[in-house]
This record gives sequence, C-alpha cells and structure tokens, in this order.
Amino acid sequence: MAVQVRSAFEAILEECSELAEDVTYPSVRRWREDHPAGHAVGHFQVYFPEELIHAAGMLPVTLMGAGSRLEAKQADSHIGSFVCSICRTSLELGFSGRVGFLDAFYTTPICDVARNLAGIWGRNFKGMTAEILYLPQHANAKQAVPYLRDEYARVLAELERISGRPIEEADLRRSISVYNENRRLLRELYRYKRETPWLLSTTEAYLLAKAGTVMPREDHNEILRSALAEIPNREGRRQDRVRVVFEGGFCEQPPLDMLQLVEEACYIVDDDLLIGMRWIVEDVPETGDPLYALAESYLERSTYSCVQHDDRKPKEEMLLRRVAESGAQAVILAAAKMCEPGLDEQVAYSKTLEEKKIPFLLLDFEEKMTAFERMRMEVETFVESILFD
Amino acid sequence: MPEMSVTQAPAPQRQGELLGRGRRDGNRLFKEWYAELDAAAESGDPSAYVFVMGSAAEVLKAFDLNLVFPEINSLQMAVRKVSLEYLNKAEDYGYSTDVCGYVKADVGMHLDGRKHPNGRIPKPSIVVATNMCNTYVKWVEIWQRMYGCKVFVLDIPGQRGIGWSTEPGSDQFENDRRYVQSQLEELIEACVAVTGRPFKIERLQENLAHVNRMAADWSAVLKLNQNIPAPFNAMADGLTYMGVLSAYRGTETGARYMAELREEMEYKVRHGIGTIEHERFRLHGVGPACYSYFRRFLELFQDWGAVYVNSEYLAYAGGGLDLGIQFDVERPLESLAEQLLITGRRSMSNMFFSQDQLADTVRDWKSDGIVYHSVKSCRTVSTGMADSREYLTRIKDVPALFVESDLVDPRLWSEAQFKNRIDAFFEALGARKAAALVAAKG
Ligand code: SF4
Ligand code: SF4
Repeated sequence: MAVQVRSAFEAILEECSELAEDVTYPSVRRWREDHPAGHAVGHFQVYFPEELIHAAGMLPVTLMGAGSRLEAKQADSHIGSFVCSICRTSLELGFSGRVGFLDAFYTTPICDVARNLAGIWGRNFKGMTAEILYLPQHANAKQAVPYLRDEYARVLAELERISGRPIEEADLRRSISVYNENRRLLRELYRYKRETPWLLSTTEAYLLAKAGTVMPREDHNEILRSALAEIPNREGRRQDRVRVVFEGGFCEQPPLDMLQLVEEACYIVDDDLLIGMRWIVEDVPETGDPLYALAESYLERSTYSCVQHDDRKPKEEMLLRRVAESGAQAVILAAAKMCEPGLDEQVAYSKTLEEKKIPFLLLDFEEKMTAFERMRMEVETFVESILFD
Repeated sequence: MPEMSVTQAPAPQRQGELLGRGRRDGNRLFKEWYAELDAAAESGDPSAYVFVMGSAAEVLKAFDLNLVFPEINSLQMAVRKVSLEYLNKAEDYGYSTDVCGYVKADVGMHLDGRKHPNGRIPKPSIVVATNMCNTYVKWVEIWQRMYGCKVFVLDIPGQRGIGWSTEPGSDQFENDRRYVQSQLEELIEACVAVTGRPFKIERLQENLAHVNRMAADWSAVLKLNQNIPAPFNAMADGLTYMGVLSAYRGTETGARYMAELREEMEYKVRHGIGTIEHERFRLHGVGPACYSYFRRFLELFQDWGAVYVNSEYLAYAGGGLDLGIQFDVERPLESLAEQLLITGRRSMSNMFFSQDQLADTVRDWKSDGIVYHSVKSCRTVSTGMADSREYLTRIKDVPALFVESDLVDPRLWSEAQFKNRIDAFFEALGARKAAALVAAKG
C-alpha cells in the first residue's frame, strides 16, 4: 500500500485551515496566553486599518461571522429577522463568550446593519470599546483624506488609552512595513491563482489568506512565504476549464463547500473574497505622516467594492477590468441573502455583463447554508452552456 | 428645552377654521408640490433628488431646484395601494425580494417612465444622498446609471459609540465640521455647474432663516404633545406635518405653515382637545408605519383608545429638526455645516444609539409604552430594534410591543398576527395601569 506523504504545502494549508475556520479562535487565545498584558481588538468586515492596532502592540482580529459552525441562539433575540447571517453569527460570537478576549470592537459604515452592530455590541458587552470607525463615504470630497487622517488619529488615541502606552510614528511605520509585505505576498498568491490556477485553487488561497485574520501579520507573512515557495513544486496539470471571476464575497463569506463546488467545474481566477486584506493595492508610503499615508492609501491606492461609492471607480467598469485582467470568460455573481448593497450591485453588474455579452451566473448564498445540490446543478449547467456555446 | 408657553388663544369662532387646518393645508401644499413637479417634468426645469434625512434643501433651494423626495414618492404609492405593481416591475427587472421596498417601488416607477399616481416626476439633474442611510448611496447609483446625473454624497460623520459626544469647538467636532463644510462648498460648485445659475449667498441666508423659524415651531409642536390629551397623533397627523417639513424646508411657505400648525396645536391644548374621545393609552412609536395598510394599522391602535404621542420617525426622518436648529445667518456656510453635523448626527443616533434618549422621551411625553414596528425594507431602523427593546424593558422597565411587517410591501402584512399581538399588549398594559393606580391609592 502506498503511503500518502503530506507535502509541506499541504501541512501549511492544514494549519491555516484549522486556525481560520475554528470559531473558538485558538491562535488568538494562545497569543493572549503568551502576552498576558496584551490586548486584542476586533473589527468587522470589510476594511480596517489594522496597522493602527498592530502599532499599539495589540492583536487585530477580523470578525466575519461563523458560517454554519455556530447557531445564532442568543443573537437572534437581539437583531432584526431580516438581517444577513454574518451579523447574526458575529454577534453570537460575542454573546457566547467566544470573543471575550477582545478589548475593543470596531465596525465601519459599510451598511446600516454593520453600523447598528456598534450599538448592539455596546449595549450588551460592557467594558469593551464598541465604536464605528467613520470611513468617509464621500470618497471624492476634497477634504476626505485630511478628515480620515484625523479620524484615524481619534482611533489611535483610543487604542493608546486601552494599551496604556503611547504609539509613536516609528511604531506605525514598522507596522505599515509589515502590512505592505503582507499585501505584496497576497498579490503574489493571487498571481498564481490567475496565471496557474491548476497549482493553487481559490479555496486554498482563501484559507491561506484567512489565517492572517487571527494571527500577528509577521507570523502570517512567514506562512505565506513558505507556502509561496512550495507552490511551484506542486503537481498539477492544466485542464481545459472555464475561467471565472467570483464576485460577491466581500463581506459575508460564502461557505467553503460553495467555493469548492464552483471550482470543481471551473477555475476561479480572481475574486473579491477577503477584499479588505487586499483593499490597498500598492505599498503604503513608509515615509512622511503615517496616518496620512494610510488615509490616502485607503482612498487613492485601493480597489473597489459595492460598499464604497467612488466616482473614479464605477463598479461595473472595475468588474470588467477584473475580468479582463484575469483573462476570465465568465463571472459568478454571488450575493449574500438579505445583503442590501450586495443585492443592489448584483443587478447593476448583471445588466453590464449582459450588455457586454459576458456570461454570468447569479448565485445567492448564506454563510450557514449546508445543502448545495441545486447550486451544483446550476453551476454545472452554466459551465456546460459556455463550453458548448 | 425651555418650557413651552402657550400663546394667546384665538377667538372661539375661529375654532372650525383652526381645527384640522394643519392637515388640510398640509394636503393642499402636498398637491401643489406634486403639481410643480409635474410641471417641471414637462418643462425640463432642473430638479434635485434628495432624501428626507438630510436634504441639503437650504443650498438646493438657493438655486431654485425642484426637490424630489423618492422616499415620499414610494410611501405615496403604498398609501394609494399601488406599490405592489411597482415592486413587481423592479423584481421582474432583477431586484431581489430582500431589497428595500422604497428603492424597488421607485425603480418600478422609473422603469414605467416616471409616472407617479400623484403626477409625473422630473428627471434628476443632480442627486444628493446623505450617509444617514447607506441604502441612499446604493439608490443614487441606480439613477446615476439610468440618467448619468451628477451624484453627490453628503457625508456626515455620526456618533462613534455609546457615550461618545463632541461639542462645537472641540478638535474632534472641528475635524468633522471642516469635512462637512468643504463638501457644502463642493455641493455649491456642483449646483452652479448643473443649473448654470450663480450662487447668491443672500438666498442661502434667507433659506436658513426660514428653517430657523420652521424648526423652532416644529420643536414646539412636538413638545405640545406632552399634554394630556395629546393634540395630534404622531403617526397619522405627524406624517402630513413631516411631509411639509421636508418638501417646504427652507421656504417662507414652510415656515408659515409650521407657525400656523403651532397655533392650532396650542389652541387644542388650551381647550383640552385630543385626537380621540377618550385617550386611554399613550404610545411612543419606533419605526415607520405600514403604509400599504395605513388606515388599518392606525385603527388597530385607535380601537384600544391608544394615541401615538411621539415617534422616533419624527426625529430621524425630520432630519433631526425635532430639537430645533439655530443657524447663524451671519456666517451661513460654517453654521450650516455645524448644524447639519449636530442635527444629522442626532438623526443617526436616534437609529443606532437611541436607548437612553428614548427612555427620556418616553418619560417626558408620558407614554405608557413603546411600539417597535420592525420593517423588512429598512434595516437601518430595524436592525437594532429587538436589542433596544430588550434593553429598555430590562433596564428601564418600559413596556414594549414588537411587531413586524413592511412600509410598502403589502405581501408582508398579516393583520391577524398584528391584531393578536396588539390585543395582548393592550390587555397587559391595561392591567399594569390598573395595578399602578391601586398602588398609588395605597
Ligand atoms: S453582508 Fe451585506 S448587509 Fe450584511 S453586514 Fe455585510 S455588507 Fe452589510
Ligand atoms: S433602508 Fe430605510 S431609510 Fe434607507 S431608503 Fe430604505 S426605507 Fe429609507
């Protein structure tokens, strides 16, 4: 009997998968044990300038729901019934005590459900800072960057208060540098996905990236470097598969099974999964005022998402560009149930794709869904229609 | 807030003319406003699409732009029982059943050539969305695609968390104010470009002065409802008053209307005139009504002798004018930015962080309980309701009823369910009041 030898890549992937998908947050608990005087700060999707938290010597943790791994037992009586699942299970993480290690929780104005989270969190989890980081919603305003710079300074002051120590410019620059490296590595990961999707699947890339949301970025950089070094040695044969872009995973996370079933039928060559980690698309300047550099980068060196209105980045054009740059033939237009921004955008995207004669498939999902038979059939039929068109 | 003084009562012969004037005049003004929109649709006169929560009317009216309120349009479709037709059109086009019904009813109307049951609606030349509801920003993108019109997001940073506040003059407040003021300057530039008309600061000053008067009277009107019996029903009459407040903000007509409304309400208070014969229960509303079954919605409460004496809706949908506003017309732009920040923030706080001020309002308006009406369309106001209710009943011992339906989607209305819950609530409330009475008698 042949003995299956686990490759170095598989070992890394397994570790990432365990850390990323475990809603008891073992890596964060371990970090807290190792840093008894340390603090952890949670933030909700989509983008948060984690450099601020990192520079304070704290551990940033992204809260993005809990998929089907946690039932929203207590949260359900605290939140409207017409609300997306990610918000319910994120709250349940709080009510069930799973994220009791947090000293602060931040949300941003991506949508009104997310804004409401700050109030619910604050009313229920006393002793924890619960705030909205007011990212500018008028991205084209002349004062948007200076405003945001000062808003970051406000958050920084709160983090200083929590950590009990001042945060120097040098600390911020160091953090920016760590995060710049992280973004470079993630871009590299996406390059593989785009150029040789048979060597790196989207599910794999997703898990490798997601592990970074629950550990210090230096450690994540190490992991990514090791993984990237292994990818060229992987065995994988190019197959004649349809290349698609997966759009609609910017906030609530599609279940892994959903991504896998799409990948069984096609190559996902680009996507907006965990887009917050990759929001800034170039290095943040490591000179000058670091807060200004971060604020400017959020607005001027960034990708797009349906939760940001920016006249310079019409979303349909941005999607078309993503399709063209990744050499995709088709698009999976996903949207989380009850997600107003996602569902609104789905219509706009579909009209444009229709006009441009780019095939697309609409898929509505929920992080907690567990039955995929219908979706599998839809994807297969869609792919066949392209292959035999 | 200073104590309300009731001004000289009018002669009794004027009673017939006075009572119900706010409603009659409100309905008339509304008709006239729709007629103007219809005329603008014909002539192509430039129009601005704006929202009730932060319309920037002070600036837009300085350019004589016609103001279109899509939320009011959608609401009117529901009241006129035609919203489902429009919702169906939007859903056929591709919009999910989970998308805000206000948006869909409006999209349906645009797909139908902007034919509204109240008249034709002009095309947008510019649209202004505040961030008070995030769906506003998604909504304006729809018109931008349809018409290629100028989109302006007026971003008003809100309260950051529970217990957080800033005062004018503080660094934090000034940072936010500078941002808002600079956007107002950009909005003025955009209006000049869109209309081809010059900006006249005196016009802005005049508009600000009108709003000052209107807000002072509006705030007084709301406070008059602290009296027993309450002179108006905040859900029913309040809607008409709010319509005028939005559509005629920044005009002499609007300011006059509100002064006259105040006169009517003062008269009613002086003569102990309420909205129903016997006011048994006083309610505070959180969330809008179900406009598809508006009459029935109201009756289910009135049948129990219940009157809505106040509503959060009057605060947030009134753009935060409920506590008045004080524009300093001598420094118009700076003051506009400052006051927009204060009132806009208050509007948002009423939705996201309302718990403590809600308890105070319930106390001051002598309400017996709160009715939370959670609506599927509006996650902005509905998401945190269950939690706010839990907090208020647990911490502040305020009785509360929680019901669910929608503002414009008649498919989400279930009268039997509504009635059961309402009946049970009033039975319990009646028992509570009786027990309190016995306890008070010792
Ligand atoms: S999934 Fe959509 S509605 Fe839910 S929090 Fe995210 S952006 Fe908001
Ligand atoms: S979500 Fe609520 S506030 Fe926003 S547009 Fe819809 S009904 Fe209006």
